[in-house]
Amino acid sequence: MIEQSPPRRRADAALDEARLRQQAIGIKLRQMFDEVVNEPVPEQLLDILRRADQKQSDKG
Amino acid sequence: MTERNRDAPHGKDDEEAFRRELIGLIPHLRAFARTLAGEPAGADDLAQDAMMKAWDARASFQMGTNMKAWTFMILRNQFYSEKRRAWRQTQLDQEAAERTLIAVDDPEAPVALDELRLGLAKLPSEQREALVLVGAGGFAYEEAAEICGCAVGTVKSRVSRARRALQAILEDGAYDRDGGSASEAMSSILADAERLSTSR
Repeated sequence: MIEQSPPRRRADAALDEARLRQQAIGIKLRQMFDEVVNEPVPEQLLDILRRADQKQSDKG
Repeated sequence: MTERNRDAPHGKDDEEAFRRELIGLIPHLRAFARTLAGEPAGADDLAQDAMMKAWDARASFQMGTNMKAWTFMILRNQFYSEKRRAWRQTQLDQEAAERTLIAVDDPEAPVALDELRLGLAKLPSEQREALVLVGAGGFAYEEAAEICGCAVGTVKSRVSRARRALQAILEDGAYDRDGGSASEAMSSILADAERLSTSR
């Protein structure tokens, strides 16, 4: 419907709008991911890795 | 446990460096796990399993290569092999995500993020992971392809399909929650993203 009559500008505006929306989604996506990245790591996870390390160095 | 690197290619220093780098990656592994598994508890189990798998396989890791991509690949494989075992729970992804959303239905929580999580949960998993890796995890298409075990072109097309589908879901009300209309989802995301980028 926007095809022919209103020339370039309208199509460009639609394109800009689509781009803006994709950018917004991208920003939120990164925010969602970063929120978890920035959470403190549960001690339990760190402990397991430290213990694994310990075991190894005891052997050596 | 199967590990026993008798003649470990890693010396003590290498092993120490490996451990440090792996610890530094835990937050990223948790974030990736969360997007795959949906609910936080299951996601942390997944991150933990992947972390231990990586530790056990440390002898096969080439120091100096991309450890982040390597661990993400391990985590992803772990996720799909568990999922295959639990074949009866194929709907788990989405249900888990929705349950989590209800559980965390905190009036203070930014609406836009909830909408986005719901929208993501609706995508086919191969599109979701491609979009997350490239759009949020900071991986190049080539790295994402390696992690997913597919061609670069496949990742590119999955990402672009995911972007279009996600936008459509957010705009067209393929989803509905508490009677909120879907165009509201998109406008809250737009408003929020604008706020975030101007506050930087």
